[in-house]
Amino acid sequence: MAEVRQTPGTHVVPLRILLAVWGGLLFLTWLTYAASRVDLGSLNLWIAMGIATLKGSLVLLYFMHLRWDKRFYALVFIGTLLFVTLFVGGVLIDTTHYQSQMIPGYAPEMHAK
Amino acid sequence: MSATHGGAGEHHDPHLAHHFETGEQQADSAKLGMWIFLATELLFFSGLFCAYAAYRANHPEIFIWSDQFLDKTLGGLNTAILICSSLTMAWAVRAAQLGKRRLLAVLLTATMVFAVAFLGVKGIEYNTKWKHGLLWGKYYHPHVEAAAEHGAEPAPAAPPAASGKAPADSSEIPPSAVGPAGLAKHPRGPISDIPETAPKNVQIFFSIYFIMTGLHGIHVIAGIIVIGWLLRRTLGGEFGDGYATPVDNVGLYWHLVDIIWIFLFPLLYLIR
Amino acid sequence: MSSVTPPGAGAAAAVAVGGDSYLSHDKGLRSWIFTLDHKRIGIMYLVAILTSFFLGGVFALLVRTELWTPGRTIVSADTYNKLFTLHGAVMIFLVLIPSIPASIGNFVLPLMLGAKDVALPRLNLASFHLYVVGAIFLLAAILTGGVDTGWTFYTPYSVTTGTSVILTTLGAFILGFSSIFTGLNFIVTIHKMRPKGMTFFRMPLMLWSLYATAVIQVLATPVLGITLLLLIAERTLGIGIFNPALGGDPLLFQHFFWFYSHPAVYIMILPAMGIESELISVFSRKHIFGYKFIAYSSIAIAVFGFLVWGHHMFVSGQSGLANMIFSLLTFSVAIPSAVKIFNWLATMYKGSIHFDTPMLYALAFIFLFAIGGLTGLFLGALATDVHLHDTYFVVAHFHYTMFGGTVIAFLGGLHYWWPKFFGRKYSERWGKIAALLIFVGFNLTFFTQFVMGSHGMPRRYYNYLPQFTPYHQASTIGSYILALGFFVMAGYLAHSLVKGERAPANPWGAATLEWQTSSPPPYYNFDHEMTAGDPYDLDTVRFVSPAEGWVPRTEGATS
Repeated sequence: MAEVRQTPGTHVVPLRILLAVWGGLLFLTWLTYAASRVDLGSLNLWIAMGIATLKGSLVLLYFMHLRWDKRFYALVFIGTLLFVTLFVGGVLIDTTHYQSQMIPGYAPEMHAK
Repeated sequence: MSATHGGAGEHHDPHLAHHFETGEQQADSAKLGMWIFLATELLFFSGLFCAYAAYRANHPEIFIWSDQFLDKTLGGLNTAILICSSLTMAWAVRAAQLGKRRLLAVLLTATMVFAVAFLGVKGIEYNTKWKHGLLWGKYYHPHVEAAAEHGAEPAPAAPPAASGKAPADSSEIPPSAVGPAGLAKHPRGPISDIPETAPKNVQIFFSIYFIMTGLHGIHVIAGIIVIGWLLRRTLGGEFGDGYATPVDNVGLYWHLVDIIWIFLFPLLYLIR
Repeated sequence: MSSVTPPGAGAAAAVAVGGDSYLSHDKGLRSWIFTLDHKRIGIMYLVAILTSFFLGGVFALLVRTELWTPGRTIVSADTYNKLFTLHGAVMIFLVLIPSIPASIGNFVLPLMLGAKDVALPRLNLASFHLYVVGAIFLLAAILTGGVDTGWTFYTPYSVTTGTSVILTTLGAFILGFSSIFTGLNFIVTIHKMRPKGMTFFRMPLMLWSLYATAVIQVLATPVLGITLLLLIAERTLGIGIFNPALGGDPLLFQHFFWFYSHPAVYIMILPAMGIESELISVFSRKHIFGYKFIAYSSIAIAVFGFLVWGHHMFVSGQSGLANMIFSLLTFSVAIPSAVKIFNWLATMYKGSIHFDTPMLYALAFIFLFAIGGLTGLFLGALATDVHLHDTYFVVAHFHYTMFGGTVIAFLGGLHYWWPKFFGRKYSERWGKIAALLIFVGFNLTFFTQFVMGSHGMPRRYYNYLPQFTPYHQASTIGSYILALGFFVMAGYLAHSLVKGERAPANPWGAATLEWQTSSPPPYYNFDHEMTAGDPYDLDTVRFVSPAEGWVPRTEGATS
């Protein structure tokens, strides 16, 4: 472990972990692309989002140091995600019910295609 | 050696502000502040993800149709570029914690180079869309003059492109199976489930595309500026003593910018 | 803390001998504009907010004057639209949202923690500068012809109207960041800078309120930011996401807008409730009743406040399913507020009530906010809301909660902490007179509006049927009485700054830490490290004299 000049007790991420995460992220990017080439219907979106979540988690845990930091920071982030879900969820519940009643294709100021 | 005993009022630590007792309190405060700021950034972008979700859930045909106009290779390349920039940024934090100024300067520069490369690729994409009239909202006006300039092969059995008059409500752009230069070629051949005639209100997709990538791009630019500021401080002699808080916190911001793109990529480029 | 000398005596002595208070510490305009002292920042905010309140009040008087008669009274219909829009925008964005946290909160929060400053002083100054910039944008909007969309900026009208929407929304966008940074700062400060012995459950309830408010500020305001940004993009670039003419969905705008703007009203009321807890306890000479219930209810209000935004959209085209869900959730949000009211009443029960001016406002708050809150339930029920939506009933409801709630509590807090801010007392007699004028004026102005609204008078209307004229005229008279009350207040407060009696460290006999330093405090806040006790144990202090105020009760001290 390399020594730290200031604030003893600061955790320094080992270089091999950074490189491993980097490699993992590149692999998962390729995986996302490969998975999109296979037609799995509506599952495609969830698989893509799942892989993206995995990638995001790697960045959060290792690059952003959450694995070794106070749990409160993770709580802040997860809590925020909950509110985002609330927002998007609420809007989706409503729009999926009323948008079908809107005039399809209505856009009088668009140039006719 | 750190001097972290407050109370008595003696501070050897030149980085300690007067209203804090210990360096740890100060570093923790800065970090907590940055995490809360990241939370606000997440909610800021959530509006755009919400608009995306609302329109895609209710008008999936718009999204499926528009997917052919996005170059997956460039999108994937940009994803890889940002991932590399995250590596160099995280590595830079490590360098700052170890007091390695020269390495820190190199890594900060590398991060900026990657970020600029990302913007460059984005610029190419935007330029292509502009040439083909694939813009947002009321400026959505797809056309093929640019395709003819690039000397694209005419589509074989596709709806009429540059020649002849297109039917009233079909797109004038040839299907991307054999697209003009700058648009993606679908490696799997012609797609059977993309309607030959364009759905209505495709401009909504491009509005969302430009707003999302545009706002993200603005955050990349802001990141470049802030990382540049860190580089200036490094070259000016700072960060040789293991004090890494500014680098650490800027790094957190930069990683969030990366995470947002990690989600934008499949949502915008890999729609089936 | 067992010394015989009164608290902050060293500091008080230094200040009294013409030495340094935070006011005199550094001189010159630059020392204020670039200050990092949370107290100075708080005072600058106070001046800015009171000025904005005056501006918003002028717009209000113009609106009420125009409504004296049906048809044209003093202005045209287009101008009238701009007047009520600007009244709303100025009051909400420049006054109510920052009001308590930015002015009183900034000053009092670090002091209540026994700290030297907030955690991020430069961010605090940035917040203030952003406020000023945002205010300038709003002023620019006013000077370039105003806005006429209503403060809610509903699309598609806000996309197509020729008025200064972009300047206004840019101003609100910038003000949003000011609000976010204040909230961020408060959360970090409360987490990281509590003194020894002050666990979360030994904090004054004012700090619980400021914390809950800060959480809402941080989570909700960015959504307003993106909404306004998208609106600006709609107007300038023709993005078309909210504009039906370009294929967009106008109701989506309303979802985005209210996801912030409903929690925003809890940003406004939570700090007011925090002040209320302090005032009721001190002026009943009694420990607050149900501390943990009040603390938890602050968090509950913050969370529940995010679940109910759709109740602003019951008749806008929202689906029936969403209507029912939001109506049900809206009933739940009343519960934590009611918990607080009962706890305050229980605190007063068998207490020794002192009717000083701050207490008059605290009592008014309970009465007025209860009316405001209860009328919200009528609006939360679908069947009644269909008839009451967009009538004066709604206008009266939100004025009872925002004015009768937030502003009244703000005034109570202002009068409570005034001696601490400026080291001066104000005239109790004139304070009571102004409070009475404001109370009477307020009720005359707005109670008539409940009646009008339930009889069908629509809001934001320039013209009206002749049968509503008596109500409108009563309401207008009330608004002038209100204005008179504020005029009187401005008078005696200004007088106190110049000629007021010097105030002791603890004029009211409170037990929170800010009263243990001099009035006004020195720039370094405290002359020794503070440890926390029970913030509501009022037996820890005893009264000496009006000039010396209250001092700590010590073991061997002679009485």
